[in-house]
Amino acid sequence: MPRRIVIGIRGVGHRVVDSIWRLGYASRFFLLILLKSGTSLRRFGLITREIYFTGVLSLIIILVSGLFVGMVLGLQGYETLQRYGAESAVGTMVALSLLRELGPVVAALLFASRAGSAITAEIGLMKATEQLAAMEMMAVDPVARVVAPRFWAGVISMPFLAALFSAVGVFGGYLVAVVLIGVDEGSFWSQMQDAVDFRYDVVNGIIKTCVFGVAVTAIAVFEGYDASPTAEGVSGATTRTVVTSSLAILGLDFILTSLMFRGMS
Amino acid sequence: MTPEVLIEIKNLNFSYGERSVLKGLDMTMSRGKVIAVMGGSGSGKTTLLRLIGGSVRPSSGYVKVAGKLVHELKRDELFRMRRKMSMLFQFGALFTDLTVFDNVAFQMREHTDLPESMIRDLVLMKLQAVGLRGAHNLMPAQLSGGMARRVALARSIALDPLLIMYDEPFTGLDPISLTVIGNLIRRLTDALGMTSIVVTHDVQESLKIVDYVYFIADGVIAAHGTPAEVRGSVAPFVHQFVHGEEDGPVSFHYPADSYASDLELENGFA
Repeated sequence: MPRRIVIGIRGVGHRVVDSIWRLGYASRFFLLILLKSGTSLRRFGLITREIYFTGVLSLIIILVSGLFVGMVLGLQGYETLQRYGAESAVGTMVALSLLRELGPVVAALLFASRAGSAITAEIGLMKATEQLAAMEMMAVDPVARVVAPRFWAGVISMPFLAALFSAVGVFGGYLVAVVLIGVDEGSFWSQMQDAVDFRYDVVNGIIKTCVFGVAVTAIAVFEGYDASPTAEGVSGATTRTVVTSSLAILGLDFILTSLMFRGMS
Repeated sequence: MTPEVLIEIKNLNFSYGERSVLKGLDMTMSRGKVIAVMGGSGSGKTTLLRLIGGSVRPSSGYVKVAGKLVHELKRDELFRMRRKMSMLFQFGALFTDLTVFDNVAFQMREHTDLPESMIRDLVLMKLQAVGLRGAHNLMPAQLSGGMARRVALARSIALDPLLIMYDEPFTGLDPISLTVIGNLIRRLTDALGMTSIVVTHDVQESLKIVDYVYFIADGVIAAHGTPAEVRGSVAPFVHQFVHGEEDGPVSFHYPADSYASDLELENGFA
């Protein structure tokens, strides 16, 4: 067999083994976070502080994006539905799209870009500037003191951000469909109220946001903690957080959707 | 009377993969002394501190701190031991999201149940010792390199440790800050009765404040002695290092093929 092919096959094998090893390492790290969450949960102030940085500071991008997504949905929904004389169902369309899919997915993608990347960069820089090593030398576990509070802050913030995204999105749809175009306000709200089922639509949406919150934040803290302690290492880790989180969100969304909404009329 | 030994290092070997960094070191460090560990870049000085602190395990041999084998300690025992030791990192490693005050208070809040009023008094006393009480509200980004190193020093003495390890404390400091940090190390060691290990390249400044010096070259102890012995040494390595000479046993050039062959001049000029 030509030498080049052997080298190629060896390279692929090496990458596969590396990826599996890294996945195992990430899983062990995730378990470690859960095991060492006691300190953060006892000292909830540590988590509250991080909720401000990951959750509250993400509000602007979430609210503005939610408003525009809702407005676009209202406009597109009206354009399509009015062909069949069903423009009064635009509220239903906006609400279901947001609650089931767009709210959780788009909010999670924005959260990964805004907060996930910030978490990775912060932890990565703490590592590069020896802050984590200093903490270890002070007999303080960085996983318990730095990683776990950020993880739980992300997990707690995500459902609230997605809920706000959907709420503002519905308001954006209302602005376009009712205020601008003139769809009947009563039909808009009453049809939405009839069509949206709390168990299937709202609860399933919340479950999705929780899963996305865990996935995005776990990826973000792992990439930060595992980053090479150099400028290049931190920038690479930040990029990996956004790319991996986005792919994880879309993949998980497909799996969750197929489990939650399969066979629904 | 012989002073009590705090750190005992015996036949210590350490490798990063295939690369051997430390080869059979033997050292003893007594309580209440300032000990300098000197050597060129990459000679394994910082690795030695990491071995003493238990961040890495030796390939063979051992480090004993206060009679305990560091590499045999379980994680909680190691953390208990670390509460009695401190490390000053090269650039301070201050927590950038905390103020100067909170940086110094960090360990007190993590490891003690002291009331906040007492923590406040203790923090201000530590900051007073390094001359930065007035800077307690500043963020680390607002400090100069020398000030950051002094805050880190205040943080490292927060719980009155038995041992402080200083990793290149003089690097990148102006002459005034350099003298201030040097004097602080000496004064704090004497006042608190602790042991200080100073890893440094700065021969002149460290010889003024230390009690004993170890020179490490190529992973082994090339020489050791008191500052007076070091200054008077005629050993080629010590002489070259202390006087900063280019010629001597330590080569300026990284190992390479012959210069002539790299410039393709081996066959003479055409």
